[in-house]
Amino acid sequence: MTKPLDVARIRRDFPILQRTVRDDRPLVYLDSAATSQKPFQVIDAESDYYRSCNAAVHRGAHQLAEEATDAYEGARAKIAGFVHGRPEDLVFTKNATESLNLVAYAFSNGAAKAQHGDDAIDPRFVIGPGDSIVVTQMEHHANLVPWQEVCAKTGATLRWIGVDDDGRLDLRDLSTIIDESTKVVSVVHQSNLLGTINPVSELMAHARAVGALGIVDACQSIPHMPVDVNELGADLVAWSGHKMLGPTGIGMLWGRPEVLEAMPPFITGGSMIETVFMDHSTYAAPPKRFEAGTPMVAQAVGVAAAVDYLDALGMDAVEAHEHVLTGYALEQLRNVPGVRIIGPQDDHARGSAVSFVVDGLHPHDVGQFLDDHGVAVRVGHHCAWPTCRRFDVPATTRLSTYIYNDTSDIDVAVDGIRAAQKFFGV
Amino acid sequence: MNVESLYQEIILDHYKNPRGKHPLAEAEGESYQVNPTCGDEVTVQVARDRDGHLHVGYEGQGCSISQASASVMAEMVEGMDVSTADAVRHAFVELMHSKGAVEPDEEVLGDGVAFVGVAKYPARIKCALLPWMALQDAQVKAGIGTEDQGEAR
Repeated sequence: MTKPLDVARIRRDFPILQRTVRDDRPLVYLDSAATSQKPFQVIDAESDYYRSCNAAVHRGAHQLAEEATDAYEGARAKIAGFVHGRPEDLVFTKNATESLNLVAYAFSNGAAKAQHGDDAIDPRFVIGPGDSIVVTQMEHHANLVPWQEVCAKTGATLRWIGVDDDGRLDLRDLSTIIDESTKVVSVVHQSNLLGTINPVSELMAHARAVGALGIVDACQSIPHMPVDVNELGADLVAWSGHKMLGPTGIGMLWGRPEVLEAMPPFITGGSMIETVFMDHSTYAAPPKRFEAGTPMVAQAVGVAAAVDYLDALGMDAVEAHEHVLTGYALEQLRNVPGVRIIGPQDDHARGSAVSFVVDGLHPHDVGQFLDDHGVAVRVGHHCAWPTCRRFDVPATTRLSTYIYNDTSDIDVAVDGIRAAQKFFGV
Repeated sequence: MNVESLYQEIILDHYKNPRGKHPLAEAEGESYQVNPTCGDEVTVQVARDRDGHLHVGYEGQGCSISQASASVMAEMVEGMDVSTADAVRHAFVELMHSKGAVEPDEEVLGDGVAFVGVAKYPARIKCALLPWMALQDAQVKAGIGTEDQGEAR
């Protein structure tokens, strides 16, 4: 049995939720899919790290360096455990976009090195003309543009799985999209624009069956539901810290050990080497191979505190709470004439990011009116412009909830939408 | 500061009843500008007649601020001599970057004064400037004026 979230108690942990906006209106924060707010436990953990044991990690022969290293590696273990992974399989990056670029560059770097006679490159990372990379039509730009770049650099072909009118993946022609030519299948777990939760295990199984590497963008899933990276069946999983109550400036990449071991490095320099000579270098084992330069220690400590916070609530309870809010938001929005939901119309296999358009009103104007009511939402194409085009809308308004929201927040938003309709006479 | 100060009647009127929203028959220069954060789009076309007067047409889609701004712009600068049109654009750009500290001159800006509230909403300034940036760029492409003018940042 999961214990329901006590939203009133949770809200007391978030200092920012106590403030007002725009002429003393209480803040109604419905933009957690963009970034979540932070509880004082996370803010304090980061601050305490700087107050008590800040030092350069993995070097220095002093006590502070030891403590800082323990804090950093302890955070790695905790965060890896949160997704049922091992610490040595978890790489820290600056954000999820960098995590995905790290993977994409492994392919273009692998191809370039192989072309210049480096036969030590694992053939899975050697990509070229005749090979294909598969994504979906609902990717965030961060899981689309890097692959376009890989294709432009290597001659590989980009393919994508389409989206149907209900915002679900169209899996009918899957065997012609993922085939023997496919070397990469990189898909989003939960769409940041549509809210759709995709059957990633199934897609990863298809990738495995043709010998392709499987990658999952889990930015919108790991903060909101229990995720076991092993069950996903992926080779690599990317997500960010700031959407799961943690600080900005840190992303994660989990990989199967055997895949990380075979992957060429992305950013090179200090800390990621084994030996360095004037004409060549050898590289450290993962995860250090992928963590060049001074790492983001305080941020890792902050994410670990976020994990503690979420673990105390229980991810099953978080998921159940958001499921209720999602159903409520869909129902309330459906009751407003002129509002059209972009994405799955029901709450089955659906996350709490709910995009919509209002007839006769541009999303920017809707967002402005909601802001006037103290409601923070995201407007625009949500870094998923091709997904907007698929639904023939220039942009959407998106509300997205988290552990500190309740149904009254959605009521305020819906009131704001009605006020905007009245004001503009639509 | 409230939302009514942003959406003045003039803005709503231009949004609902756009002026000058049509392509130009014989455009000498054209510029397509897009606001990548929200997807507002506008294409402005310009031409200059024998008497040195500017002619403007546009197409676009987007929020009320960007589209009303395009309409106000097209209505105001249509038929103006080029140096006057450039001065109007300069004044509008200055107003948008004023953070609300500049009292707009209705003599120069006409309906453009209605955008004074936009300057207090940083996220919307780019919406209001979009068509004016397109106008400037189209003029540059056509070789029509725009020397020593403020850049639409």
